[in-house]
Amino acid sequence: MTTQVALSNVGKTFPASPTTAALHALGPIDLELQRGEFFAVVGPSGCGKSTLLEIIAGLTPATQGSVEFEGRRIAGEAPDSIGVVFQEDASLPWLDVTENVAFGLRRSKLAKDERDARVRDALRLVGLSDFATSYPAQLSGGMRQRVCIARTLVMQPRLILLDEPFGALDQQTRLLMGDELLLMWRATGATVFLITHALDEATMLADRIGVMSARPGRLIDVVETNWPRERDSRIVERSEFGAITARLWKTLREESLKTIGRAVPKPAADA
Amino acid sequence: MSERRRHGGRNALLLVAALFALWQAIYWAVGDIALSSPLATLRYTAQLVTGEDFRMHLSDTMRAFAIAFVLSVVIGLLVGFWLGFDRLSGDALEPMIVTVYAIPKLTLYPILLLAFGLGLSAKVAFGVLHGTIPIILFTLGAVRNTRPILLKTAHVLKLSRPQMVRWILFPAAIPEIFTGLRVGFSLTLIGSLLAEMFASQRGLGYLLMNGIGLHNIELVMSVTLLIVVFAAAVSTLLLQVDRKLHRKG
Repeated sequence: MTTQVALSNVGKTFPASPTTAALHALGPIDLELQRGEFFAVVGPSGCGKSTLLEIIAGLTPATQGSVEFEGRRIAGEAPDSIGVVFQEDASLPWLDVTENVAFGLRRSKLAKDERDARVRDALRLVGLSDFATSYPAQLSGGMRQRVCIARTLVMQPRLILLDEPFGALDQQTRLLMGDELLLMWRATGATVFLITHALDEATMLADRIGVMSARPGRLIDVVETNWPRERDSRIVERSEFGAITARLWKTLREESLKTIGRAVPKPAADA
Repeated sequence: MSERRRHGGRNALLLVAALFALWQAIYWAVGDIALSSPLATLRYTAQLVTGEDFRMHLSDTMRAFAIAFVLSVVIGLLVGFWLGFDRLSGDALEPMIVTVYAIPKLTLYPILLLAFGLGLSAKVAFGVLHGTIPIILFTLGAVRNTRPILLKTAHVLKLSRPQMVRWILFPAAIPEIFTGLRVGFSLTLIGSLLAEMFASQRGLGYLLMNGIGLHNIELVMSVTLLIVVFAAAVSTLLLQVDRKLHRKG
C-alpha cells in the first residue's frame, strides 16, 4: 500500500470579524490515506468534518499545516484527479442526465468517442442507463445523487471525496446507495474519503473510520473494520458490525454531548 | 399530455365565449350610449382593419413598442446582471429601483414629454420606463438566488469565471429572467400605449383617445378589442414557455 494523501498538522481558524470572535474550527490533524482504501469520517455536528473535506478538495485553504496529494502539495486548487460529491443535490436542472454527467468533462479536451464512452460507462456503473434522457426534475433524490456521482466518475478521479452524499435520503435508499458506492469503489480502484453522520453507514462501508472530537475537530480514534474488499450491505448481519458501531458510539457519545450541551448559540462561522 | 392540451383548448374557448356573453349582457344593460355590442364591434373592427389609416396607426404603435421592448430587454438584462453580480451596487441600488417602480409613472410623463418632445422618442422612453424595471429586478433576483451548491460545483469542476457564467449562472437564471421578460413585455406595451393616448398624433392609443373625443363608441371598442387580443395572445404564449422553463427547474 502506498500513501496517496498525507495531512500533517492541518488546522483551520476562521479569523475574527467585527461581530464574531476568531474561531478555531479544526485541527491539528495528522492523517494518511492509502491508495485505494475506503476511509470514513464520523464526528459530532459542527466538528469541522466538512471543512476538512473542503481543505483536501482545495475549496478552502488550511490556516496551518499542509496537505499532500500523491507527493504534491495542494495549495488553493486541487488537481483534476480529485472528485467531490456534496450532500446537496448539485444536478443541473436544465440538462438531461447524459448532459449532466458529460458536464464533468466539458473542460477536458477528450475526443468525442472517448467522452461518450466514459459517460456511458459511468451511467451504467450508477445504474442510470435507462434514464439517460430524463431530466433531474423527473428523478428521485437518490437518482439525482447518482447523477452527481456519475458526473464525478467520468473524470476518472483517483480520490473521491463524499460529503454526506446520502444525508438527504431515506434509510432504505441509503443502504442500497451504500451497496452501489462499494461497487463503484471496487470498479474504479479509487480512494474514497466519506464524511457521514451515520455510524452504521461508516461501519458498513469503510476499511478505516476516523472519529473526530467536538470543535476544534481532531482525530481521537481510527478504527479498522477488516472487512473483505468484496462486501455489501449484508455485512450488517455480522457480529463485528455491532461491535464496531458500538465502539464508535462509545467514543463519540461524550463528544456529541459536549456539542448539544452548549447552551450558547453557535457562532456564525459554523454555518 | 395531448389530453391536457385538449382540455386547455376547451377551457380557453369556454372562457372566450363567457366573456362575449358577459359583454353582450352588459350591452343590454347599459345600451348604445356606453358600449357597442360584440357583433357590431366585430363588424366595425373588420372595417377598421381594412381601412386606409389603420395600417399607419398600427405600424406606428408597433414600431414604438418594438423599440421600447428591445431597449427594455437590453438595459434590463445588463443592469440586472451587473447588480446581481456586484453585491455592493445591488444592495445600494435595489431599494431605489423598487421605489421608482412603485411611483405611478404617469406622473413622470410631463417631464418625459419635455425631455423627449412629442412623437416616437417620448413613446419609446415611456415604454422603457415601464418595461425595464421588472426585467432588472427579476434578473437581479435570478442571479443572486443561484443555488450556492451550483457555484460550489463550478468551483470543484474548476470552471473559469466566464465558463461559470455561461455554463452555470446563465442557464440557471433563465426561467426567472424569462418571467421578467414576460412582465416587462406587458408593461412596455402599457407604457407605449399610455404615451400615445396623452400626447400623440398617430398610433392605436391616439385612435382610442380620438374615439373618445368624437364619442365614437364603436371605434373605442374596436381598438380596445384589438389590443386585448394582441396582449392576451402574446402573454399566453410567453406564459406557456415560462411554465415549461420552470417545470424543468
